[in-house]
Amino acid sequence: MTEMIKRFGPGLGGFFIALVALWIIGMVLAPNLMMLNFSLKPMLFPNDIGGPKDVYTVENYTALFGDRVHRAIFLKTVWGSGLVMLATLAITYPLAFWMAKVATIRGARAMLIALIIPFWINEVLRTLAWFIILSFNGPLNAFLLSIGLIDAPVRWQGDFGVLAGMVYAYILFMLFPIYNSISTLETAQLEAAKNLGASTWRIHRRIVIPHAKAGIATGCVFTFMLAAGSYVAPALLGSPGSRWFTEIIYNWFFEGGNWNRGAAYALVLLVLCMAVVMVTLKIFRVNLADVAK
Amino acid sequence: MTMTSPVTARPAARPVKALDRLSRALPKLLFIAYLTLFLAYLFLPLIIMSAATFNTSKFPTVTPWLGTTMGWFQELWNDKAMWKALWLSLGIGLAVVAFALPVGTAAALFLTSLDARARGIFYAVMVSPLLTPGVAIGIATLILWRQAGIGGGTFLIVLAQATFITAYVMLMVVARLQRFDRAQEEAALGLGASKWMIFRRVLLPFLKPALIAAAFIAFLQSFENYNTTLFVRGTDTPLTVYIATKVRTGLTPAVNALALILIALTIVTALVMELNRRRKEGGRKEG
Repeated sequence: MTEMIKRFGPGLGGFFIALVALWIIGMVLAPNLMMLNFSLKPMLFPNDIGGPKDVYTVENYTALFGDRVHRAIFLKTVWGSGLVMLATLAITYPLAFWMAKVATIRGARAMLIALIIPFWINEVLRTLAWFIILSFNGPLNAFLLSIGLIDAPVRWQGDFGVLAGMVYAYILFMLFPIYNSISTLETAQLEAAKNLGASTWRIHRRIVIPHAKAGIATGCVFTFMLAAGSYVAPALLGSPGSRWFTEIIYNWFFEGGNWNRGAAYALVLLVLCMAVVMVTLKIFRVNLADVAK
Repeated sequence: MTMTSPVTARPAARPVKALDRLSRALPKLLFIAYLTLFLAYLFLPLIIMSAATFNTSKFPTVTPWLGTTMGWFQELWNDKAMWKALWLSLGIGLAVVAFALPVGTAAALFLTSLDARARGIFYAVMVSPLLTPGVAIGIATLILWRQAGIGGGTFLIVLAQATFITAYVMLMVVARLQRFDRAQEEAALGLGASKWMIFRRVLLPFLKPALIAAAFIAFLQSFENYNTTLFVRGTDTPLTVYIATKVRTGLTPAVNALALILIALTIVTALVMELNRRRKEGGRKEG
């Protein structure tokens, strides 16, 4: 604090500190604390606030785990997000390795530019693309019918559509961090291992993956968090039978009219994502600074 | 794969040799197949979505192809709601950049002024919005401001988006600051420059490339945000919300025309940036 004033003078230094305080206190801490407070209160009419009914309760949380449907949807969201995470990891790892270590500099560069294009296009449009492909009379069914793989159009929308759309939407959040971390590996190490007779599998298991663990952890954390918190994919590619946890939260706010319960549900989602971050960092033994790179 | 062993390769020379060659080429062939599939997976959806713009079919698709038209661009052009949403999104994006750039820079400078322990704590708090689901950020902002009597709308959209976008700016400035030599500041101080002058003439020019990149990323993040925006938008409709609403209530290929334009813009931007980078690199080699 005094260091800031010393470096930039009282005017500019004070201004910077005020901006940081505004952000951290006003936009990060206060809203979350208010949400926590809100989630521990029952839903009240305005004139009951501050009255005898205005007491702290954990009812909004117990409601989530007491409700069979909501509990099932929550668990499905956890497990579906894990699936999206694993699928993106499996699909992108070979490509990341190829771009970082096998391809020529030009080839890798061209690939990077090609990949950045879908990455910059917004999630709603990427999901819309899948909405069109998976529609009942859409291109995928038409294609599968024409090659005779199916006899009648399939209804893809539902759990399958949601997961397919999410994998597509978040795949580059897995690819880029892994690519970045493999890039810093010395190619000589791979050659040495190969000359000493290590198999491809062993080289990856003992050299590449340990080296790339920060990138893998980052990719896992981001894809899980994005999938669990996704609203577009379930809303556009889901069916009434495939609801996602975020949709329930949305309904508490804008259809059910119980903000307190909605806040509790949102906090459960937040805690889930934080827990996944902590556990992933622990498993891969990396710290937060490596992830945020 | 098992045929590569030299022991089995010896006796029946000819056919095994062919097999041997195949098995050696197999990983490469498999990889090429994988790469082709991956690229198809990444781009085919975008190509199909774009192509549907030119189909006369009222529901956007490429099967069946009912006839080629440019009419959907016309319809998009005449859609007043789309224009309103577009202007709103551009405005929100600029406001977020105007907020996140100074605050993110201040946060990065603040971090470098702390000792290691305090830095770790503040760092965790500052990056936490990036690891928080967007819906939770929107909800927390909405709840806080309701206490002050302010409901969802453009103001809260800017605030909620800036909460996490500022963190991106902070990270990019921190990365650049790591290569900053404080001796430059001391030298300027020794030459009698004021603190403000040092900031403006030494530090700011050094940070400029990072700030430009951060402004671009911040704008892009804001422009494409949906999850956070959805909860704090009130009755305002930025572009992403407009598109999502269209998909659910009355999708026509006019939306595809919009997608096609955005994709084209993205490609042009990516190419311009790449050319720019190459030019700079070429210049450095000569100089």
